[in-house]
Amino acid sequence: MESRYAHLDALENQSIYILREAYRKFKRLAMLWSIGKDSCVMLWLLRKAFFGHVPIPCVHVDTSYKIPEMISFRDRLTKEWGIQLIVGQNRAVLERGETFPNGRITRVECCSLLKKDALQSIIEERNYQAVIVGIRRDEEGTRAKERYFSPRDKNFEWNFKDQPPELWDQFKTDFDPGTHLRIHPLLNWTEINVWEYIHRESIPIVSLYFSRAGMRYRSLGCAPCTKPIHSDARSVPEIIDELRHTKVAERSTRAQDQEAEDAFERLRSSGYM
Amino acid sequence: MPDFAPNSGVHALRIVIVGHVDHGKSTLVGRLLHDTGSLPEGKFEQIQNVCRRRGMPFEWAFLMDALQAERDQNVTIDVSQIWFRSETRSYVIIDAPGHKEFLKNMVTGAANAGAALLLIAANEGVQEQSKRHAYLLSMLGVDQVLVLINKMDLVDYSQSIFLQIEKEYREFLERLGIHPVRFIPISARDGLNLVEPSNGAASWYSGPTLLRALDRLPVPNAESDGPLRFAVQDVYRFDERRIIAGRIESGTLRVGDHILFSPNNKISSVASIERWNAPLKNMASAGESIGLILTEPVFVERGHIGSHDTETPIETKRFRARVFWMGDSPFSIGKRYNVKLLTQEIECQLVSVDRVIDATSLETVAGLRLSVMKNEVAEVTIQARSPLVMDNHDKVDTSGRFVVVDDRDVAGGGIIFGGVYVERERIHSTNLFWSEGRIDQRIRTERNGHRGAVVWLTGLSGSGKSTLARALETNLFNRHMQVYVLDGDNVRHGLNSNLGFTPDDRTENIRRVAEVAKLIADAGLVVITSLISPYRLDRTRARNVILSDDIEFIEVHVAAPLQVCERRDPKNLYKRARAGEIKDFTGIDAPYEEPENPEITIHTDRESVKESVGRLLDFLIPRLQLDLAEYEI
Repeated sequence: MESRYAHLDALENQSIYILREAYRKFKRLAMLWSIGKDSCVMLWLLRKAFFGHVPIPCVHVDTSYKIPEMISFRDRLTKEWGIQLIVGQNRAVLERGETFPNGRITRVECCSLLKKDALQSIIEERNYQAVIVGIRRDEEGTRAKERYFSPRDKNFEWNFKDQPPELWDQFKTDFDPGTHLRIHPLLNWTEINVWEYIHRESIPIVSLYFSRAGMRYRSLGCAPCTKPIHSDARSVPEIIDELRHTKVAERSTRAQDQEAEDAFERLRSSGYM
Repeated sequence: MPDFAPNSGVHALRIVIVGHVDHGKSTLVGRLLHDTGSLPEGKFEQIQNVCRRRGMPFEWAFLMDALQAERDQNVTIDVSQIWFRSETRSYVIIDAPGHKEFLKNMVTGAANAGAALLLIAANEGVQEQSKRHAYLLSMLGVDQVLVLINKMDLVDYSQSIFLQIEKEYREFLERLGIHPVRFIPISARDGLNLVEPSNGAASWYSGPTLLRALDRLPVPNAESDGPLRFAVQDVYRFDERRIIAGRIESGTLRVGDHILFSPNNKISSVASIERWNAPLKNMASAGESIGLILTEPVFVERGHIGSHDTETPIETKRFRARVFWMGDSPFSIGKRYNVKLLTQEIECQLVSVDRVIDATSLETVAGLRLSVMKNEVAEVTIQARSPLVMDNHDKVDTSGRFVVVDDRDVAGGGIIFGGVYVERERIHSTNLFWSEGRIDQRIRTERNGHRGAVVWLTGLSGSGKSTLARALETNLFNRHMQVYVLDGDNVRHGLNSNLGFTPDDRTENIRRVAEVAKLIADAGLVVITSLISPYRLDRTRARNVILSDDIEFIEVHVAAPLQVCERRDPKNLYKRARAGEIKDFTGIDAPYEEPENPEITIHTDRESVKESVGRLLDFLIPRLQLDLAEYEI
């Protein structure tokens, strides 16, 4: 397995480097933990970077529509790995029932309220300067354009037309007050790399990714907007093998992305992860 | 366990595609993805639909243009990274924009590419940007280059046009030190010579297709064979162990090695190499992010660079570099910047612009310059406030390059050349390094308790220079500091008694004062010069002379409006000048060139002497302090 996965070393080393830079540069730093495979890999990389420790809080934005198994998995890992967990929720909207599909709003509006706004209020409450997010460039077009260290302005907006240059691993780390930063250590990983790494390192992940009765989740989100795919992959190697042959996009099972030609782009430039 | 495809375990090669705007980059990428079967299902049809909806013919470039804004402007705005596979390995394409304003995006894309595709449209030939981009690639360290002559269909697949462009461009690239692997005639729109060889068209070409040529390029490796450079990122105390965290930028490190940390010159052996949940290994090589546990508790912090004591890096405050500038405001002499080099971040100033280079002709742009403008490339000299650890770029590329931060923004990048390696002699008892027996600046500084410096007051006659100089001198003297005022009038009675007030004599006057100030400051004193020093160029020369000896130069603009100075007229000089009794009097019939970027400006017409001295002290005192880290043993 060692030499088969040698290409993961470069990715791992780069991610560790970025996590250590982030930890050094920002006192008020948190990681966004969606409980999905990518952020579980990131959590693992945090432990790699800090020699078994998770020295920063992990924020889970709970929309209340997450699949129950994700929550029990989250709580188990929190206990086992000594994670300082912070759960955020947009309670006001949930109480008023302004959610998709019953609340007469679109999927994208629902995402914006339950995820983006909840995240924004946690960041403001806790005064975080930077949040580590596990997005990857191969996920979709706007994420391809991201930087490792990516600023958001006071209103959380992402000015993708005027991004800081990033070269030779020198990142922009000084900002105007009010700016907050997204840090993306997994930017150059691919979906297959993530699975290969899960395999090599035996990283625990939520079992929804594995096939049950011919179906599995490829990407995890809220229950109303995420559909499982047809698959017989019951193990990590089988998933890797399946991905080698698929031509279907990873987020195609995430209904909010498909609402309009530029739905996801608009979500992201207004502050979505 | 199922079999893995052969391309598993192979590094992806990162390629950047650059070229003049409209020479067909996005089309090339779209077509390449399609022809290698790398498009996600439905993507081709989706673009077909978009084009049909907009009533336009199929546009390959849309595949790349994931953002609405781009489709509207029809210009690729930012770097996209797109993955595709050949039969033997995977690739990451970085689509670098060709638009001139988007230099920083191209730099971001190209800085980490392992190979570059330079795209030239056959019907337009070598353009300005074809050259500019190649120049940048050579600076950014991309040395594997394939040149694609695109749009061959528009020139009837003419071999002579192909050869003509090849000849012209190859000549240019060779001057940059780029040796292109190959020139390939293609037509991106039709897929000619991308994955499929030419079928009939351009049959004179017998070389490999683009994909085949790419497959033959090696993935550049981190420099495991070079000298050891370990950049310290942080020092952790986990589980009661002190772990020095960092990355090996070059070379190889083994448990038991003696590691010398610059710039502090502390030596310790490596007790262990720390990784979490990884096989135990007693060595680590370039590219690895690791932790070190040292045998001795020597002082090490972020920014220190570990090396073997047999092959040490350069340690200097002053260095030459070739820089490219991306910032909107120019890179200017006198302004303060931060240089980031590996994990070091140190304040610096531009000392001189030695040569501005036209990237398209490679000629030197004539004329003395005080700054480097946006999109320019230049050779410069930079002075740092405290020693930087570095290498010449041609020796170790990772420690031979840096970025310049201008007010929070990464505004420029540079590569270092011409540095001198000095063998360091080790004095075991103190771990300090200097030539034995020589009383140097460092020792004087230690004895005096402060550094030497030159405070250069410039301003009109009557602006208050002498008053300020004397007040500052008294204040520093009362703090038990070594301080001396070099007054322009006094100097003219002795040292410069043979000089008058013509421009040449004024220049010589300043030159002598600068040299004397340097000597006095080198002896450990704070020198305050009080001269009109009306010419910018003269003051820049003075700055260079003084900085060249690693002495702090603080230009103080003592500013008061001419009318105020004339009203004060303490020596009745303005009256006499107005009466025509004195010729070439600054402000009346000779110019005063105000400093563009003085370290500090004092408005003597708006604040009291006490306030002015207070502001000067706030600025000055931190700069005169010992650098404690240098003296810790």
